Amino acid sequence: MNMKIEETGNVMVVVVKEERLDAHNSENLKQELGRLFNEGKTSVVVDLKEVRFIDSSGLGALVSGFKNASSRQAELKLSSLQSQVKSMFELTRLHRVFDIYQTVDEAIDAF
Amino acid sequence: MKKNQIELEIRVPNQTRYLSLIGRISEELIAQVEGYVGDRETLANHLNVVLTEALVNAIRHANENNPEEIVQIRITISDNEILMQVFDHGRGFDLTQTALDSKKGEDALDEHGRGLFIIRSLMDSVEYHPTESGNVLEMRKRYR
Repeated sequence: MNMKIEETGNVMVVVVKEERLDAHNSENLKQELGRLFNEGKTSVVVDLKEVRFIDSSGLGALVSGFKNASSRQAELKLSSLQSQVKSMFELTRLHRVFDIYQTVDEAIDAF
Repeated sequence: MKKNQIELEIRVPNQTRYLSLIGRISEELIAQVEGYVGDRETLANHLNVVLTEALVNAIRHANENNPEEIVQIRITISDNEILMQVFDHGRGFDLTQTALDSKKGEDALDEHGRGLFIIRSLMDSVEYHPTESGNVLEMRKRYR
């Protein structure tokens, strides 16, 4: 999957450069988040501004990242959800689990 | 076939790389639905998600990730209903068992088990039947 990793201060921002986050490509995101937390990163934002479609596997990859972060005293935040993506978080009630921000800057400032 | 009915049948190899293609086709097809008064973009996205979940179930669970297998999809749009059928040729899966698992949709920190929860939430009826050569997952959505 295409993604871009940016470092702002001590915050790592993972920009997903795909229109779809689904069963075909979400394993890559899960592994990348695992790698960042394994390296000791404590503040990670996943920027979903380019994603207009997410399925249960995509949600599962983010849940994996969230659990990985929680077990290491690290934090994972999400930013820039498009409306169709947001509705999948609401349907599965995951919007209550994640810290979700309108913009990547707001997410970075919240650490 | 009934007057004004649209029926589309697609066969693809049992691989997740085709999810995007099938999803796009389903969204384009929904654009052809006449007489739908709700938000068409939302309906198209929901059916794309449902079809993706159903295909992944067929590819990974029913057909056990066998890349030599074929998944068949049939989408029928009639006067008041959209019917999506996903045919597998494998051992199938226990819809009852999976339906119980789908309650994990409410268990926020489980990585798996949301697929059927999403399908059931967004469709009006979901059934899984044996066929002569495997099984079919039938998902119906009334649109007026």
